[in-house]
Amino acid sequence: MNFDALFSQLGQHTIDGLSKGAIYALVALGYTLVYGVLRLINFAHSEVFMVGTFAVLGAWTVMGANAEDGLGMVLVYVAVALVVAALASGGVALAVERIAYRPLRKKNAPSLVFLITAIGVSTVLMETFGYVLDRGFSAFAPGTWNGFGRPFGRVIAGMPTVVQNKTVLDLGIFTISNRQLIVILGAVAMMLALDLFINRTRLGRGVRAVAQDPDTAALMGVNKDRVIMLIFVLGGAMAGGAAVLYGLKLGNTVFDVGFLIGIKAFTAAVLGGIGNLRGALLGGLLLGVIEVYGATLTKSSWEDVWAFGVLVIVLMFRPTGLLGESLGRARA
Amino acid sequence: MTVTDKLEEADQKRLKIRKKVVDRWRALKPWQRWLFVAAGVFVLYALPDNRFPASFIRTDFSEGGASWSGVLFLCAVYALVAIGLNVVIGLAGLLDLGYVGFFAIGAYSVALFGSLDSPVVKALQAKFNLGSEWAVAWAICIPIAIAFTMLSGVLLGWPTLRLRGDYLAIVTMGFGEIIRIIARNSDFTNATLGINNIPGPEGPASMDNVIFRVIDPTPWYWMALTVVLLLVVAVRRLEHSRVGRAWAAVREDEDAAAIMGVHGFRFKLWAFAIGAALGGMSGVLFASRQGYIDPSNFSLVLSITFVAMVVIGGSGNMMGVALGAVLLTYLPERFRDFIDWRPFMVGVALVVVMVLKPTGLIPSRRRARELRDRAEEAEAVNV
Amino acid sequence: MSESPNGRRTLLEVDNVTLRFGGVVALNEVSFNLHEGEILGLIGPNGAGKTTCFNVMTGVYKPTDGQVRFDDQQISGKKPFIINHMGIARTFQNIRLFPEMTAIENVMVGADSRHTTSVMGALFGLPRYKRRPHEISDSNSVLAWLQTSFLISRHKREELDGEHKALELLRFVGIADRANEVARNLPYGYQRRLEIARALATGPKLICLDEPAAGFNPAEKADLLQLIKKIRDRGYTVLLIEHDMRLVMGVTDRIVVLEFGRKIAEGTPDEVSRDPKVIAAYLGVPDESA
Repeated sequence: MNFDALFSQLGQHTIDGLSKGAIYALVALGYTLVYGVLRLINFAHSEVFMVGTFAVLGAWTVMGANAEDGLGMVLVYVAVALVVAALASGGVALAVERIAYRPLRKKNAPSLVFLITAIGVSTVLMETFGYVLDRGFSAFAPGTWNGFGRPFGRVIAGMPTVVQNKTVLDLGIFTISNRQLIVILGAVAMMLALDLFINRTRLGRGVRAVAQDPDTAALMGVNKDRVIMLIFVLGGAMAGGAAVLYGLKLGNTVFDVGFLIGIKAFTAAVLGGIGNLRGALLGGLLLGVIEVYGATLTKSSWEDVWAFGVLVIVLMFRPTGLLGESLGRARA
Repeated sequence: MTVTDKLEEADQKRLKIRKKVVDRWRALKPWQRWLFVAAGVFVLYALPDNRFPASFIRTDFSEGGASWSGVLFLCAVYALVAIGLNVVIGLAGLLDLGYVGFFAIGAYSVALFGSLDSPVVKALQAKFNLGSEWAVAWAICIPIAIAFTMLSGVLLGWPTLRLRGDYLAIVTMGFGEIIRIIARNSDFTNATLGINNIPGPEGPASMDNVIFRVIDPTPWYWMALTVVLLLVVAVRRLEHSRVGRAWAAVREDEDAAAIMGVHGFRFKLWAFAIGAALGGMSGVLFASRQGYIDPSNFSLVLSITFVAMVVIGGSGNMMGVALGAVLLTYLPERFRDFIDWRPFMVGVALVVVMVLKPTGLIPSRRRARELRDRAEEAEAVNV
Repeated sequence: MSESPNGRRTLLEVDNVTLRFGGVVALNEVSFNLHEGEILGLIGPNGAGKTTCFNVMTGVYKPTDGQVRFDDQQISGKKPFIINHMGIARTFQNIRLFPEMTAIENVMVGADSRHTTSVMGALFGLPRYKRRPHEISDSNSVLAWLQTSFLISRHKREELDGEHKALELLRFVGIADRANEVARNLPYGYQRRLEIARALATGPKLICLDEPAAGFNPAEKADLLQLIKKIRDRGYTVLLIEHDMRLVMGVTDRIVVLEFGRKIAEGTPDEVSRDPKVIAAYLGVPDESA
């Protein structure tokens, strides 16, 4: 274990971890919202994120985004991407709920059936972007669509660079780049927005009511189905936001980008306490840091193993997470 | 009429026919039943024969089609996988999404210990001065594979079997991925290069072999079929013993079962270990025939396909899952042009089956009843 | 080992058991003893804690304070299947059969807990096909003896023994005519008796019956009363929760009364029915026919 490499650059590694973790945290919100109310692991949420990244790719390609265009334009690019990604991800999440989950809910299906359906949906979405849209489509209707103007599918697709990577803060022992700053601040801002929504608006009150006691909420006039749709859309929108930050930070995407991010985000949600929104934030940031520390201690290719390790340890020793669970009982 | 109503009707008809068939079957004397079973087994062995009819079923009459025996072999191997996974999902009721991990461990066991190409064999040769032609005999690799897979099944199950169903699924999925990552990044597995020269029962593929030669996969199919049939018998014995009863009891009401003296955890662990061993055995067969493996053979998509075989076929009964395996293996081979669509179709099939007919193609009666009762409960609740 | 006044030894000691769930005190310093061979009734108004007491005794709950001792061994907090192996079996207030298994299979699960062989035995025993109950012979013929002693493995022997025992118990409780029916489809009375058969199959010393007569008509209750007596005559000790006073008075040797988680009275049926505290809490105006 390479302790020297870790401690000699602890501050830098921490910042790196936090900026990674911020993205996990945003995606984790989607898992935690749905699990908290429906007791369902929304496997398809990882693909909701992936669709968001492709939406960002599409938006920036269409707009001809370029980092050289000046701060004003960059802001526009980011804003448009946010809207597009949130709509795309939220829309996909909503579609999944209506087409796949709702019929099962109405039949009071056991959770095994939900899980398997979720896996199926996840696979369909992955393959849509991995093959169908890329080459399957062109087999049926050649020439009608040429993708995002660049190869994608099973290949990693690069995105236009919108923000050049520059060091913004140099504190001697570590530096923070502008990208990292944007990611961390952006994530926190989005989470605050969600928190405000849940706690201060009427719709948000409905969400909390359904999360705590769905039947009573229904008796008090809350439209359970609408609230559940809202939860999916909110989670999806957060994932869309995460997709924009991801695109800013990493600059590329691929059809199975959702898988790893998804598992890690789920781990973050469990680590913080599933169902608990603040827990998702804490869990995400913490997981990002643990990953970076771990990868420094061992080999960098073992980064994912550290993440899985955290998952197994948390589930074994403290499945309620650090901040404790907040679970509802909304099944049917 | 909605789609579900039509399916209901079809289901009712199928149940009536099934009842007639089952009653006739019950009326037969034991020796007559044995005759039927023997005839069925004979047909299975005879399938590769060129005189076997229906060229539209066989895959090798179209150009670019796969060898028919080769496809049959693959069907047998995956049927074994499905039967093993059925022990975990269908009999014990635990969702395992990382089954490909056991498959991989089995494959790598025969590769790492049996092939002259493997770093492990080379290390052993050097350490014990065994000469450069030595490797573990193929037959010995089998118990090695089974030992490793059962051990990993127990290691995986021990901390995770107490978890909620959803969590168990995620953790097992992680396990499958960890196996792949380790295989991809480790030197002792030759990382992404994979291992060549994996032997069959007679050693690596060569024209000098008597039975397992280079071109015709028929002996492979027969060997795999024999293994499958033997293991089917073994699993049935378990099912009809106290072990199967314990699994059923745990699946239906774990707390009541505990109060009646059933040690739930131990039986769940056994289910995991047995499932793992079956997965490992099929991995051995797979690797032996292919002669070459690398980490990309053991992806998450394959794990999901395994689950799909069990679930679409009808979890809980062996006929159903074997049918699921055969369909999901055979159809893409028969319609080779669409092979790239397979993962997509698997996903679609999973969703469609789960939403419309969650018990699968050949449902076990228990599952069908359980799901119907739950649906009726939901209808009664108006909230 | 303590002895009751008439010389029978104490089988079960509930010693100052308290059970708290967050703010709710479900059981409050409950103590009583159960003697071998007796039939003890546990009564009280709804919510008094009777089923909770059963749950503590069978390992479903762990007491916050106090102990339960069975056969002089501490059992509170042990796992349910271990407690069952030590000799306590029970039925449930809302029937918890294995719904999709047949009656005889349900009972066999109970009998299985006494098996010594497991997976390996099942795999390597000799082959046979699955027989139906009417094919299970009761006779102790030479052939049967040969089969069980020499030609068949221990696993097989235990399976056969289990089948015999299950069938015998089904006859004992009177439902052998529907041995092959799926538990879910059995009439209510059969289901209740099936639960008893299953519990007896685990070979316990003490059997706890939780409202076994709920939903029965008077004729069925009379049958049940006879069955409980038969169970005691076979050597089992019985602990009975029941609401029907006639049944309780008619079959129990002693009664313990709970109210709001506390024991408020203990004694013979006569003593308890005259105890003013009990009358106030539960019986209301004394009923002539009780």
